[in-house]
Amino acid sequence: MTLQNCLILTLFLFAIGVYGVLTRRHLIGILLSIEIILNAANINFIAFARFTTADPTAGAIFPVFVMAVSACEMAVALAIIISMYRHRKNLDVRELEALHG
Amino acid sequence: MADLFLSYSYLVLLWPFLAFLIIGLWLGRYNRRAAGLLSVLFSGLSMVCGIGITYGYYRRVLARPHLFPDKTLLVNQFDWLNISPDLTVRMGIYLDPISVMMIVVITVIGFLVQIYSLGYMEGDEGFGRFFALLSFFAFSMLGLVVATNIFQMYVFWELVGVSSYVLISFWYHKPAAVTAGKKAFIITRFADAFFLLGIIMVGYFIGNFDFQDLNAPETAAILNKMFMVKGIGVNLLALSCLLIFAGGWGKSAMFPLHIWLPDAMEGPTPVSAIIHSATMVVAGVFLTARMFPLFAASALTLTIVQLVGAFTTLFAAVIALTQHDIKRILAYSTLSQLGYMMFSLGASQVVDNPTTAGINPLGYSASMFHIFTHAFYKCLLFLGAGAIIHTIHTNDIGRMGGLRKAMPKTYWSMLAACLAISGIFPFAGFWSKDEILLGAWQSGHYLTFGVGLLSSGITALYMFRLFFMVFHGQTTFGRQLKTEDPLMSFSIVILAIPTVVAGYFSKEIFSAYFSSPMVWAADKQLLPGHPLWLPVCANLLAVTGIIIAWYLYGRGDLSHVRLLTRRRGIGYQLVVNKLYIDELYLFVTHKIIFSYIAAPIKWFDRHIVDGAVNMVGRFLHICGTGIRLAQNGQLTVYLGATAIGIILLYVLGRLPI
Repeated sequence: MTLQNCLILTLFLFAIGVYGVLTRRHLIGILLSIEIILNAANINFIAFARFTTADPTAGAIFPVFVMAVSACEMAVALAIIISMYRHRKNLDVRELEALHG
Repeated sequence: MADLFLSYSYLVLLWPFLAFLIIGLWLGRYNRRAAGLLSVLFSGLSMVCGIGITYGYYRRVLARPHLFPDKTLLVNQFDWLNISPDLTVRMGIYLDPISVMMIVVITVIGFLVQIYSLGYMEGDEGFGRFFALLSFFAFSMLGLVVATNIFQMYVFWELVGVSSYVLISFWYHKPAAVTAGKKAFIITRFADAFFLLGIIMVGYFIGNFDFQDLNAPETAAILNKMFMVKGIGVNLLALSCLLIFAGGWGKSAMFPLHIWLPDAMEGPTPVSAIIHSATMVVAGVFLTARMFPLFAASALTLTIVQLVGAFTTLFAAVIALTQHDIKRILAYSTLSQLGYMMFSLGASQVVDNPTTAGINPLGYSASMFHIFTHAFYKCLLFLGAGAIIHTIHTNDIGRMGGLRKAMPKTYWSMLAACLAISGIFPFAGFWSKDEILLGAWQSGHYLTFGVGLLSSGITALYMFRLFFMVFHGQTTFGRQLKTEDPLMSFSIVILAIPTVVAGYFSKEIFSAYFSSPMVWAADKQLLPGHPLWLPVCANLLAVTGIIIAWYLYGRGDLSHVRLLTRRRGIGYQLVVNKLYIDELYLFVTHKIIFSYIAAPIKWFDRHIVDGAVNMVGRFLHICGTGIRLAQNGQLTVYLGATAIGIILLYVLGRLPI
């Protein structure tokens, strides 16, 4: 297992996440895709910490922070999505175009 | 006492202005009767001030000729515009014989016309408005005659123009009145544009606007030089004099800018009376007189003044012979009389003769004398015509007749005025016309003199044509006519007094005091004296005119007239249609200027100028529409664009360029 393998893995994960964000119609799906992007970043942190630095502690702590923050973010996002669903009975992003020019 | 009037001389202007403000802003809407009375009261106060100023001026200036060699007194002067440290425009009151004479004429006639209007405008919708505007008219004209510099004069000159415009189109629901008002305003404005150009030119070369400096001989010397415009030599003095005179040309309705004056008859008759006697039209003659010392330095200017005046005199008199509207006849007679005043000023230049070169002061004083006498009898004629129109509700003299019994006061007063305008001894018009003719004859302008003499005969003919057709002949109205309005006949009868005596009693005053601004005065001793045959000849011509009028129109039998006009030759057609000058103007403006100059310019403005501006707007609009399409509100599209953008940036950054 080398740094290169890890980077290829995260590249695929990141690409899958971006693809999901761009193509998913359902808001929950988009949220999940965002999670994938974040996790790809986390793996990158850990991989660089493991293979390139002498002291891997800082690199290992940072993903913990990211996970905590993303958990909060998910909670807020889900709350918004639920209230939106109550309001509009619909979570298709193509319908959410109140900001169009 | 005398000095008190002089130190508060601005009151003469202030009273009518106050009346205008009070009535125009407030009183006119609440109480018409009070508005009319207030206006009459204030113009009466203004008249008292005017007479007080005359008295004060006499005591202070005329009684002490050694202190005031040029008989000019400036009072109440203050700085108005500080354009630059070297150029300051002042305002003030300029008192010299002609402005004092004009103050008296304007205030007295203004007062009488206001009293008359109380009767004439009775029951009119715009009673209050009328008096406010009439007061404003008097204010503007007073400001014009007392101006100390040409700039102040121009300001009031335009105020006179605008107040005449609102008064002529006073009955704004009548399309003819509105058109007439516009016509008067546009034509006088057209002339005033040249006037302003002249003012700017003189101000540029002299650096000062004060009349005293403009009329100094040094000014003429500075201006009197040639300069070349595209190979044509132009004399600066003649050019600036002519530009300034152009203002008077339009205002005094000299040929060919006369066409607004007959149409101005659409206004209420008191307005016509005041326009034709004291304000507005004499402003042009007054301007020429005010600038006379400068004009006198330019022989060309005086020649043009003289020719224009003489031609207008004869031309208007001939047209007046054929008109049927009583007020139009009077309007043409005013034109003719204004022509006398103008050519008298122009003809004061003595014809080439080494011994008598210079300016004959008689021409100048006679012109002022004629303004003075003409004001009274012309005002009387108009007020009389107004009384007649008020009684029988028609302007057409063909439908009048036999009003002698119904309107005795008007009859006798009008008789006096007709005799005065015809120049019959010893009425007012005789003395001034005699001096004008004498002046032209003395200076050697025999052609102009002949035109003046002939016109005085024609004047008698057309005035008595009007007089006989209105007052004599068969009566067509029976007994249902109402009696003369006391307020109206009051003014008419009062005006009959100066109409009879003003000439005889003021002759000496005019010849003694009204010759001061002559710089290059000719030696009086060398000019020919006053021949007895001149007044006799003029009177004989006038009497002949009256007799012809009596023969044709006076006996209630118009068969001779019909015989004369039946054939309706080309000459008669020309004259009756006023030489088609109105049509010529319409042709020039509509057919030539509008369609060949204005229409292409309009097209250029609409399509090229506006088109360019519109195209900029349209381009931005199209850009905006395009950008708007991208802003579709789809979150995924934004994100995708961001992602693609980042990738593009990355790739572009790495390209080996």
